[in-house]
Amino acid sequence: MTNVKVDITVNGRTTTDDVEPRLLLAHYLRENLGLKATNIGCDTTSCGACTVLLDGESVKSCTVLAVQADQLAVTTMEGLAGESGDSLDNPVTAAFRAEHGLQCGFCTPGMVMAVTGLIAENPDLDERAVREGLEGNLCRCTGYHNIVRAALVAAGKDPDAEQEIEAESDAARTAPGFSAGSGS
Amino acid sequence: MIPVGFDYARPDSVDGALALLAEHGEDATVMAGGHSLLPVMKLRLAAPELIVDIGRLRELNYIRVDGDEVAIGAGTRHHDVETSELLATEVPLLPAVARTVGDPQVRHRGTLGGSLAHGDPASDLPAAVLALDATIVLRSPRGERSVPATEFWTGVFTTAKEPDELIVEIRVPRTGTAGWAYEKFTRRANDWAIVAVAVVDGRVGLVNMGSTPLRASATEAALAEGKSIADAAALADEGTEPPTDTAGTPDYRRNLARVLTRRALETAAGR
Ligand SMILES: Cc1cc2nc3c(=O)[nH]c(=O)nc-3n(C[C@H](O)[C@H](O)[C@H](O)COP(=O)(O)OP(=O)(O)OC[C@H]3O[C@@H](n4cnc5c(N)ncnc54)[C@H](O)[C@@H]3O)c2cc1C
Ligand code: FES
Ligand code: FES
Repeated sequence: MTNVKVDITVNGRTTTDDVEPRLLLAHYLRENLGLKATNIGCDTTSCGACTVLLDGESVKSCTVLAVQADQLAVTTMEGLAGESGDSLDNPVTAAFRAEHGLQCGFCTPGMVMAVTGLIAENPDLDERAVREGLEGNLCRCTGYHNIVRAALVAAGKDPDAEQEIEAESDAARTAPGFSAGSGS
Repeated sequence: MIPVGFDYARPDSVDGALALLAEHGEDATVMAGGHSLLPVMKLRLAAPELIVDIGRLRELNYIRVDGDEVAIGAGTRHHDVETSELLATEVPLLPAVARTVGDPQVRHRGTLGGSLAHGDPASDLPAAVLALDATIVLRSPRGERSVPATEFWTGVFTTAKEPDELIVEIRVPRTGTAGWAYEKFTRRANDWAIVAVAVVDGRVGLVNMGSTPLRASATEAALAEGKSIADAAALADEGTEPPTDTAGTPDYRRNLARVLTRRALETAAGR
């Protein structure tokens, strides 16, 4: 089995290594580069804890080979720190903090990267788009409510207003003829 | 989980990939998005000696109108199908089905060709392609051939594709925006269909109702004879052999197939 040389731009910095083709991108980031924000939860493409951006799009790095990322750009949560070098100097991480979108924090890097990718693809997120867009990210602590609020805030939305709209539309969809009782 | 070691090649053309497949025979396996293959390799249920990565071949990534049909490159990702403006007006069933596959991360990697080649009877796009009466174009060093979707899946995870062949293109009729629907039934977010039904122009494709994607032939015949939607949908499970698993029994799936077919036909009739 022949090793393969990879050049991967990680968080704006070119990295080079000779890797076994079977090396997963998640392991390349954590072990070869020492970037430990990216967590491995399920290792079966289910939980999303390992989500990073590959050329700007969210992917689960436990199911991408490092060789598949050769010549491409990867962004991990470490790469979100702004000029200050502080990882809270970023609209998504700041919104997670402000809205208390985490408890144990294990899912957080994956959530933050998934939300970052989601906003890049659709800057006009509503609550439904956030919930559907985070379908591939599991959180065992928060019940998702504050994560969804954080995503809405990061997209520049008022989470209270969005959640009211969604509650009404959800009630109309799931129980035809039943009023959401918002008084309007 | 770590796959068994393998060698890796990333040829820069379809011809280069075909040459590698011809040279290495059964030892070589093609990888497109890797979102069916890598999980299987991590479980060590597959241990190819050589991975031929076709995931970045631009020549396999396109969606274009070609006469009465839309031609889609086999390497087109679910995400590209989902967001294609051309498909939204020409064949809207496909983006609607692609949108139900996995989650955004999965759709950023998985490809149409990979989904068809993998041949999982629980997957969504094969049944849609079957209901569309699509044609699957295969290429090998021996040349190119077209296989109707109705003849492509031959058994569980088995297809009419030879080991030295690549799927290069999927050709689907331009249906326009009327007469289609997709009903996928799951109990959890981000899950495979327990049963799903694709309807387009009076043709009905079934997901997870047997060892391959299936057409609900009895329903289609009843519709052609002018029977009501309710009567036709009541025949949707005829001739199927649905599986048993933790999600449901065969009887449960039969019932789901009938109910989802009725719903899909009603939605399609209203479009
Ligand atoms: C968490 C998760 C959830 C998922 N949920 C769903 C779901 O809800 N519905 C669904 O339908 N699918 C689902 N999938 C499967 C997903 O759609 C896969 O991407 C798809 O089945 C395979 O596409 P791929 O490009 O990743 O193929 P790969 O994994 O690269 O390849 C799969 C097989 O096809 C062969 N192959 C690939 N491309 C070609 C080609 N052009 N010519 C010949 N052979 C080829 C490979 O050799 C391999 O045998 C899910 C996957 C994951 C990981
Ligand atoms: S660790 Fe990759 S999806 Fe769970
Ligand atoms: S905060 Fe604990 S898993 Fe999400």
